[in-house]
Amino acid sequence: MILVPCPHCGPRNVSEFRHVGEATARPAVASATPEQWRDYLYLRRNPAGWTIETWYHRAGCRAYFGAERHTVTNRFRRSWLGGQVSPPAAVAALDGGVEASSPGTPPST
Amino acid sequence: MAPEGIRLLGRQRDGWRRPSRYSAFGLVRHGLGRAEWPRAWQEHDLSSGYDVVIVGGGVHGLATAYYLAANHGITNVAVIDKGYIGGGGSGRNTAIIRSNYLTPEGVRFYDRSVKLYESLSADLNFNVMFSQRGHLTLAHNDGSLRTMRWRAEVNKLEGIDSEVIGPEDIKRLVPFMDVSTDTRYPILGALYHPPGGIIRHDAVVWGYARGADARGVHIHQNTELVGIETVGDRVVGALTNRGRIATPVIVNCTAGWATLVADMVGVRLPIVTHPLQAAVTEPVKPFLGPVVVSGTLHVYVSQTDRGELVFGASTDPYPSYSMRGSLDFTEELAGHVLELMPSIAQLRVLRQWAGLCDITPDFSPVMGVTPVGGFFVDVGWGTYGFKAGPVAGEAMAELLATGTTPENIAGFDLARFAEGRLVGEKGAAAVGH
Repeated sequence: MILVPCPHCGPRNVSEFRHVGEATARPAVASATPEQWRDYLYLRRNPAGWTIETWYHRAGCRAYFGAERHTVTNRFRRSWLGGQVSPPAAVAALDGGVEASSPGTPPST
Repeated sequence: MAPEGIRLLGRQRDGWRRPSRYSAFGLVRHGLGRAEWPRAWQEHDLSSGYDVVIVGGGVHGLATAYYLAANHGITNVAVIDKGYIGGGGSGRNTAIIRSNYLTPEGVRFYDRSVKLYESLSADLNFNVMFSQRGHLTLAHNDGSLRTMRWRAEVNKLEGIDSEVIGPEDIKRLVPFMDVSTDTRYPILGALYHPPGGIIRHDAVVWGYARGADARGVHIHQNTELVGIETVGDRVVGALTNRGRIATPVIVNCTAGWATLVADMVGVRLPIVTHPLQAAVTEPVKPFLGPVVVSGTLHVYVSQTDRGELVFGASTDPYPSYSMRGSLDFTEELAGHVLELMPSIAQLRVLRQWAGLCDITPDFSPVMGVTPVGGFFVDVGWGTYGFKAGPVAGEAMAELLATGTTPENIAGFDLARFAEGRLVGEKGAAAVGH
């Protein structure tokens, strides 16, 4: 069973949740090039390792929240309220191998 | 970018040898004698250079290698796999073959694959156990029935045996099916596709491996690609855990790891990797003829030649590289299967597993050239890769040998995402994604 740590409800079965998607940064509407929009639409990091995502607790508190999950082991190491948590900085922190801060707080930027 | 110069690769290797024929006479001779059966394919030391390095020893990679050697005489080829051949998607799928797609292009593409599968045992001199027992896609609502009528007409125009049938005919084909009207999702009809069926997927992998090996292709198992060397924007070498290989051409034929391999040369693929779970029951006497698929119930069932029932479902609703099964899946699957066939409630599930499916935004593969010269892709095969193995291998081999993209895969190019030409094949998979 995969346990998803909802920031409100605590660890619950994954069947209560909907996976919204990998956290991606929306390009600036006024200045974005077609290439940037294409990347935003279609390209994901799709890593075999830690990734930052948005989840929705549809059969619970109905909150959207951010979470950090390992895509090979399906283990979560933290989650936080508010879907968007400055993804580029968070992803950069992931890529740089910055260790997790305490659970429930957004990644330090 | 045009892969110029690849046309010159067709030099023959020394030491071309014929594979030993498998025959009834050979069986008797080996049965009576003490001689060991010759190995179906050989192990080789890693050469310092190959004309083509194919990453991924599944049906796509091995078929590409086989057709490169058999159709184009290009034999200085290595197929490398980080595990054993056929250990990924090729050994984890539910082995269903069909061509009853929705668009004429899709129908023609998969029909070519069915035709290649039909003659594969003879071509490879290896019994791949293709059992064309028929394929039923059930309709549980008016919308599905309408789409099936549409598919049947497109199929018939393309010369494919395909027809919509009613509950009485379904009952005749599958007597154990509950076609009553007091179920949660009553069966209104089905798209019946007699040439569809199942195959021994391991045998397909082994047959292609044997055929490619006999023509001089080197198959390297336990050989993991760890990096790709480029000079300018061209591939010059493959770095593996067993050493460096100089090569002008690398073909990415992986499933599950496609984006990770492409990341090595900075080619970004619009792919997200999802697991797809399957399960198999204990073997019982033959009672189920055709393959039965229900999109509404997200399940497909077939009975193997050994008597086991093989179940598959749609992909898990979140990306993952995990290949473990889950209880949620088994519970849901059992509920849906019993809705169709209540009488098998006592059957026990023996095993469950997951395979990795590379899902693209339009549920169609990504095949052909990339912005990096000499780096080719045959990836993004989602939930429909196994049935396309032969035609994909044939087309990729033609592309590598001639430098020209064959017409039947031209629409699957990587550039379509940038240029807004997504493929509209809604019949890509039998169940929803």
